[in-house]
Amino acid sequence: MTSPVLRDARPRRPGGIDLKLYGPFIALAALIVIGVLVNPVFLSPGNIGNVLTRTAFIGIIAVGATFVITAGGIDLSVGSLAAFSSGMAIVAMNATVASLGAGVPVVLVGMLVAVALGLAAGLVNGLVVTRGRIEAFIVTLGTMGIYRSLVTWMADGGTLSLNSSVRAVYRPVYYGGIYGVSYPIILFAVVACVGALILYRTRFGRYCMAIGSNEEVARYSAINVDRVKLLAFVLQGVCVALAVVVYVPRLGSASATTGLLWELEAIAAVIIGGTMLKGGYGRIWGTVVGAVMLTLIDNILNLTGAVSVYLNGAIQGTIIIVAVLLQRGATARR
Amino acid sequence: MKRRLGLIAAIAAGLMLAPATGNAQQKIRMGVSIPAATHGWAGGLNWHAQQAEKRLEQKYPNLDVIIVTARDVGRQANDLEDLVSVRNIDALVILPFESAPMTDPVREVKKQGKFVTVVDRGLTDPTIQDVYVAGNNPEMGRVSAEFMKEKLGGKGDIVVLRGIPTVIDNQRVDAFMKAIEGTQIKVLGMQYANWNRDDGFKVMQDFLARFPKIDAVWAQDDDIAVGVIEAVKQANRDKELFILGGAGMKDMIKRVMDRDRLVPADVLYPPAMIADAMEITAKHLVEKTPVQKEYVIEATLVTPENAAKYYYPDSPF
Repeated sequence: MTSPVLRDARPRRPGGIDLKLYGPFIALAALIVIGVLVNPVFLSPGNIGNVLTRTAFIGIIAVGATFVITAGGIDLSVGSLAAFSSGMAIVAMNATVASLGAGVPVVLVGMLVAVALGLAAGLVNGLVVTRGRIEAFIVTLGTMGIYRSLVTWMADGGTLSLNSSVRAVYRPVYYGGIYGVSYPIILFAVVACVGALILYRTRFGRYCMAIGSNEEVARYSAINVDRVKLLAFVLQGVCVALAVVVYVPRLGSASATTGLLWELEAIAAVIIGGTMLKGGYGRIWGTVVGAVMLTLIDNILNLTGAVSVYLNGAIQGTIIIVAVLLQRGATARR
Repeated sequence: MKRRLGLIAAIAAGLMLAPATGNAQQKIRMGVSIPAATHGWAGGLNWHAQQAEKRLEQKYPNLDVIIVTARDVGRQANDLEDLVSVRNIDALVILPFESAPMTDPVREVKKQGKFVTVVDRGLTDPTIQDVYVAGNNPEMGRVSAEFMKEKLGGKGDIVVLRGIPTVIDNQRVDAFMKAIEGTQIKVLGMQYANWNRDDGFKVMQDFLARFPKIDAVWAQDDDIAVGVIEAVKQANRDKELFILGGAGMKDMIKRVMDRDRLVPADVLYPPAMIADAMEITAKHLVEKTPVQKEYVIEATLVTPENAAKYYYPDSPF
């Protein structure tokens, strides 16, 4: 899993390890040690499986966010988009179940709706940012509110629930797997690999970094800045859609609270992973590690009774800051 | 200068509004201020409020019901100002976000001579309200605990999933803990699940990993319970425990009705209480019927025997 990082590693300082690259991995290892100390159950296959499966949603979204952030943008709409497309997928499946019967085709319709919406939403964000010449922060803050209200409106303020017979067909997509590895984990791994390939091995990936570090220079270097940015947002939209595809079968419902604050978690995962918030430098495997860390913190806190539940947020905050300090401190010293 | 401009604008706005208020002289306006539908229970609240609005406006043609929803305490306070100054209401029905911070804004409304009905969460100064339709959070915790005690025979290991850290949550949990005091029921773990399905699922997964034996789960809320049920099923441990939620979500009431082993009962905390409050207030406004000072909504235990009475298949909650 770490090989692309290794290959991409810059020449090391003699006798030291590059903390900018390995910081997130060291932090993760430390967190795992803490987990084991807190409760030996932590390492049980059941718990590891749960944690990784849960990470899949934020992880997949965060891989997309790595591109947007690397290219100097930001997407705040991912959480509400996830809620909205979950809702639309559920509505579409409920509407087609009568004519198609509860089977695989209906589930495919739902998945298609989710992916189409993700694509469209990415396009809208990207086009308004590039054509409208508006900061990504404002554009996606706007779409964030729009999607959140739309799903609340669709659900009458309540919950959209998937038809129970379709649910039975769709359920294995979250709860099933191959050789004990659940499908969300597999999808997460595939998305991460493809993401790493695109970011490190394609022209598009390098353009993202170039635009993020200096947009004007990138433009003078004959890079089609608008198209690259647009593509980054589309990629983000597709990632959200893929997350939705494995999210919907978990509880078979969407409501106004679905995907709340996912945008912040995704951004946090990206930054913990070593990507620069101001753009220009992106790390896919770091993002993966960042996403896993965020879920691990919650998990470890749930596995212990030692810490007052009122302090959960404080501990999360501290760990996040320390994790980032680990790499930034090292960079500054160089 | 700036202030004077503002004053002129205010006077101008007042002049423009004046004819409008004059036209609909005999209309009675009732403002309803409630939290926005940010979680399942509040969704139910909004639905019941809208149903009551339709019903009441049909029943009393000269009544105008204005519902406003707010996402937080600050916005709800703003809403109250707007209801009084712009919409010119005669009465206010309010379900305060939180008791203490909303007390003074409601007092301002009362000072303007409006009729005030408070729902669910009481103000810290009860002399402000004309009518109080009280939800009873401590009672909800107590009823839940009584059921647990009976079902477990006073002995067993349970886990507790709490809501969002608020006064409401504290009242429920404190009353619950007090009621199981002295029994052999042991609370293994307690975590916040934020009245949210996804959080209920995650927290329960971790509880299941952490504790090899759990006899019962107090989920306190039906949204949390939905997540808990999925986690329990995934771990194939649905034979060893039962789950007690709360609120009265239709899916949960249905499970109780169908005698689902996993969900033997539910404790009501009905979002329909807003409709009751609106009806009491409207009746008093239009027909001038006398009102009681306080109505208490009981935290009823829903069992298979009485479940049909509390089943609203059309409600979104």
